[in-house]
Order: sequence, then structure tokens, then C-alpha cells
Amino acid sequence: MKAFTNINVSSVDEAVSAAAQAHNNGQSVAFSSGGTDLLQQLKDGTDKSDVIINLRNVEGAHEISSANGTIRIGGLITLDELSNSDLNDVLTEAAASVGTPQIRNVATLSGNVTQRPWCWYYRNSFNCYKAGGNECFSVTGENQQHAIYGGGPSYIVHPSDVAPALVALDASFIVAGPDGERNVSADNFFVMPSQDPATENSLRSDELLVGVSLPITSASSISHYYKIMDREAWTHAEVSVAAVLNMNGDLVESASIVLGGVATVPWKLTEVENYLVGRQLILQWSAWQARWLS
Amino acid sequence: MGDKNKDDTSLNPKQRSRREFLENVGSTAAVASAVPVLGISSVQAQSDTEIAASKTTIQLIVNGDSHLVEVEDRWTLVEVLRDQLDLTGTKIGCDRSECGACTVIMNGKPVYSCSQLAVWTDGAQITTVEGLASGGQLSPVQQAFVENNGPQCGFCTPGQLMTATALLRNNSTPNAREVKEALVGNLCRCSNYNAIVEAVVMAGERSGGAA
Repeated sequence: MKAFTNINVSSVDEAVSAAAQAHNNGQSVAFSSGGTDLLQQLKDGTDKSDVIINLRNVEGAHEISSANGTIRIGGLITLDELSNSDLNDVLTEAAASVGTPQIRNVATLSGNVTQRPWCWYYRNSFNCYKAGGNECFSVTGENQQHAIYGGGPSYIVHPSDVAPALVALDASFIVAGPDGERNVSADNFFVMPSQDPATENSLRSDELLVGVSLPITSASSISHYYKIMDREAWTHAEVSVAAVLNMNGDLVESASIVLGGVATVPWKLTEVENYLVGRQLILQWSAWQARWLS
Repeated sequence: MGDKNKDDTSLNPKQRSRREFLENVGSTAAVASAVPVLGISSVQAQSDTEIAASKTTIQLIVNGDSHLVEVEDRWTLVEVLRDQLDLTGTKIGCDRSECGACTVIMNGKPVYSCSQLAVWTDGAQITTVEGLASGGQLSPVQQAFVENNGPQCGFCTPGQLMTATALLRNNSTPNAREVKEALVGNLCRCSNYNAIVEAVVMAGERSGGAA
């Protein structure tokens, strides 16, 4: 592994100023929360950062709190903590579907949402758009797990399970940087390759995702995350769906349906959502769950 | 085959023994690795942009013993456990969060020690496979692995034992499905999964969770 300097910080402000200082010294910076995937990229040489800013000891960034009709989830909450929380089923199920227990015990919400793509060309050091190059090798290459929707000129699929669940819950993304915090809508957080093929989100190099904010859902809301993999466990989605339905009796008042694993960003199915509104839904959750979730 | 090749120094690969071939590959690799080691230091000395390896002193509490260790920032936890603390029971398999051979219990939870920088684990309480047996007595899950032939080649066993131990601390009598879910991140290339699952279930039934 290349040599780098690790900086342990205990607050977001410290992290932001450490990044600014490193940038002033001409050094490249990576923020690390769980660090599971970042460390792999450092070993593989697909991430060449000079300075790693370790966020594991940042205080107050793991918590779930609610105020003024919104829930704030700290970005450093681990996927294990998230999957055992009493948040919406779609979110706990999405977190529980990631990786293995050993990964979920350290990997975080922020890290899962901002992880780099798992395209086999990018991960094997091809000089593609994601690595700063000028080509997507999947176009004429092995592309059976590449984007069906939202592709061009890069055809990666967004790798996160947590992100489709957050988008389905109408989350906004809390970004911290030199100018403090700002809330970014999903539409403005996730970036299509047609906007910028080198990145998957609008974070600048001196910014980090410190949490998400969710509107509190009504008691009549039901939600689930359903993930199809090419084996039973421990991999990314071939396709996944995050579904949130607000019900009035057995009538759908509003629906939010977001796909993972098939598009360059979490992919909202607006036509399906509109189709569902006002329709009667006969919910047979016990039968459905027995078939799909057990 | 051995007799036929004993005195044969021909370079025709079909006439060379596997042993001879591997010995030659080994010596070539040794020479190849020696050259860059010498080369790198002189290159580093000349280069202004090369970053010197940063070092940090950390504290690790491993199997109850406190250690102060000076680590390079790029060293992983498993490298420190094996190379600095001489605890070689923890294995490096894939070195990329996939196989689970390096699993240790950190602050009560199983984690991949190949995927933590040691500097990220400053102050952590760590249990490795060396910490399971006490007073010459195997832990219940170790004993159950022996009785169920849990290890075949044995390389994945330390990691399997650590994940199973962490499971039994939270769920004293897991059923087979729960064991499979907990051990999903520990691969066994011998495919001895049934025996491993049976061993963990037995350890739970027998000890009621005193793993």
C-alpha cells in the first residue's frame, strides 16, 4: 500500500479544516468513516489519497434525533445500528441487506451512500471516466451488470442499498464544508454521468456527508426494501426496489418507488408512483413476506 | 516420475518435476523482491514528492493485555496483530473484506481486521482466537468445532470461531438459520459449512451461551 498520513479528528469542523490544510499543501484527501471500502481502494491503488481523515471518533454523528417534523440521522451511524433501529422498514431492511455482519459493524450510512461504483473496469484500474479517463469500457465490453437507466457516457450502477431507501423516504442530504452545513435534495445530491461522468454525487473535495434528514412518515405509511442478488447473500443488488406507500384504508394516497442496482443514480419510477395513487391495494403482507422476505 | 526427473536438468518443461519448477520460481521471486527493496530506498531518497511513512503510537487491549505500539499509518490491524504482537492465529486470507479469515472481536463485535487501519482502532478492546481458551480449556465453541470436525484445512477456523463466539454472546442458543446468517461473512474454501453450523449450534445448546 502507498504511504499516506492518517489524521484522527473528533469533530466535523476539525475534519473540514484538516482537509482544507491538506488541500493547501497540494495533497489529495479522502474522508473515512467505516473505511472498509476506502482501505480496499487504497490497497488496490484506485484511490491515491495522500491524507486520510478518519471520522470514527467524531462525536455526535451517530445519533438519530427528531425535531420540527423531521428525523435527523447522523451519517456515522453504522449499518448494524441502522438495521436495528426503529426507523422505517425500508431503511432498516436496506441496511441489513448490505455485505456481511463484519462489514455492517463498521460501515456507515454516509460511507454506503457515497461509496464509489463497483464496476469491474473501474475497480480493476481501467482508466475510465470514474478514474479520470475519457472512456467507459462497459460500452463495448462486459456490461451485464451495468446501467439500464440513466447511462451515458458512463454506465456504472449506483452501488448503494441505503440510497434508494433514503430517496424513497424523501430524504435530504446534510453536507458539511468550509461554509458550514447545507441541506441538499436527492435530485441535487446524486449526479447523472451526463452532468459529470467522474463522480456520483455533488460533494466537493472539501465537503462530506454528515447525515440525512427525513420527513416523519405517517402511521399509515408502509415500506419495504426488496433486493435480488445473484447469490443469497453478501453482494450488491442485481435489482432492488425501495417502496413507500402512504395508505388511507386500502387506498394508496401517495407512493414512492425507487430502484437500486440498475441505474447510475437511485432511480425513481414516477409513472408507477402516479399509477398507484388512488388505487385500492389489497395487502396480504403475511403471504408476501413469507414468499419474498423469509 | 521423481526417479525419472532426478538427474534431468533439461529445460523442457515436460521433463521437469513440479518440485523443481516450484523451487526455481521461488528463488526467482526472492531475487526479484530483493532488487526493488534496494531500489526503492534510493528512489525515495531522491524524490521530493514521495511521502515518508507516517507513524502513530496507539494502544490496543488484546485478550486483556494492553500494548503500546508504534504503527505506520498504512498498517492494517491484522498486520499489527500478526507482525508486531506475534499473534499469528488471526489469518490473512483475501485481505479485502471478503473471506472472514481475519475476523476478530473488536469492542464486542466481529470485524474484519484486514479492513481496519490500526490507527483507526486506537484504544480498542480486541479478542483474537488466542484469547478464547483459558486455563488449558478450550472454549465451548472451540470444543464443539473439534467434535464436529469443523476445521478441514483449518485456515478459516480462527475467523469462524470469532464470529461464532460473538454470535453466542448475543444469542445463547441460535438455531441453524441464525448461525448461517451470522457466519455469512466467513468463507470456507473446503466447503465444510454443515459441520461448522452444527458445531456452533451444539456449542449453544451445550453451554447455554457461555461462549
